[in-house]
Amino acid sequence: MKVKVIVTLKNGVLDPQGKAIQQTLNGMTFDNVSEVRQGKYFDIEVNEADESEAKSQVEEMCKKLLANLVIEDYKIL
Amino acid sequence: MKSSVIIFPGSNCDRDMDVALKKFGFENQMVWHNDAEIPKSDLIVLPGGFSYGDYLRCGSIAGKSRIIKSVIDFANSGGLVLGICNGFQILTETGLLPGILQQNKYLNFICKNVFVKIKNKENKYFKKIKKEVLELHIAHNEGNYFCSHDELKSIEDNGQIAVTYCDHKGNDDEKNNPNGALKNIAGIFNKDKNILGMMPHPERMIDPFLSGEDGSLFFENLIESL
Repeated sequence: MKVKVIVTLKNGVLDPQGKAIQQTLNGMTFDNVSEVRQGKYFDIEVNEADESEAKSQVEEMCKKLLANLVIEDYKIL
Repeated sequence: MKSSVIIFPGSNCDRDMDVALKKFGFENQMVWHNDAEIPKSDLIVLPGGFSYGDYLRCGSIAGKSRIIKSVIDFANSGGLVLGICNGFQILTETGLLPGILQQNKYLNFICKNVFVKIKNKENKYFKKIKKEVLELHIAHNEGNYFCSHDELKSIEDNGQIAVTYCDHKGNDDEKNNPNGALKNIAGIFNKDKNILGMMPHPERMIDPFLSGEDGSLFFENLIESL
């Protein structure tokens, strides 16, 4: 089954790319944008029929590789 | 003294490091990332570059490569492990060093000479270096050191800050911070000071005709201390 994961920077961690995107949007007349935070999205095909088992495997992947827990949080959708 | 430089796909400072180590008397060997074991060594170096194209996060894929287990075992047994630039990023991703190197604050790739202040000489990497400030080269996009508040306190309490960005007089204030790094941190140790990760490249400053010689001081001390 397919498992979807979103990795985002923790609150309070500087996101210079998000800031640059926000400023660009403001310059493009989207001047009501006050903040942009950029993240990563993963589609993971796991050869596992049981949904909770697949998700628990993906959770391990998040902790060990997909996210760096010093600065990032992950969410399994 | 035997040293090993590990080559990952995308490493590009491995040969410079090899030249530098040999120039100052190390018997250096190059080790491929997919090997299972590191040959007998007194020093392991993770060189600069762009291992695995910086995919996912800088150093994250290299941090899971086959050779890394023996690097971790070597480090945990007290062996000297030096990570320069991408090597520093790999060391944080393996968990051997705390924190992480984030993208530079102003989003630019920085390639220039900088001054760094030596913050702790009670270790084999800086012990006999007489200078307090070294001129070294940096070239990176992700050198913005970050760690949690608690981690920073523990790093400071344990004297783990190795070098900080500063001016030629050693002022390591915000004005002399090229990339937004917390506390101007350019390099840190583990608690036991046998592991050092730093963004500046000493291997690029070993020739008076090409660059400068403050890198020579680093390697001369290293071979003497071992």
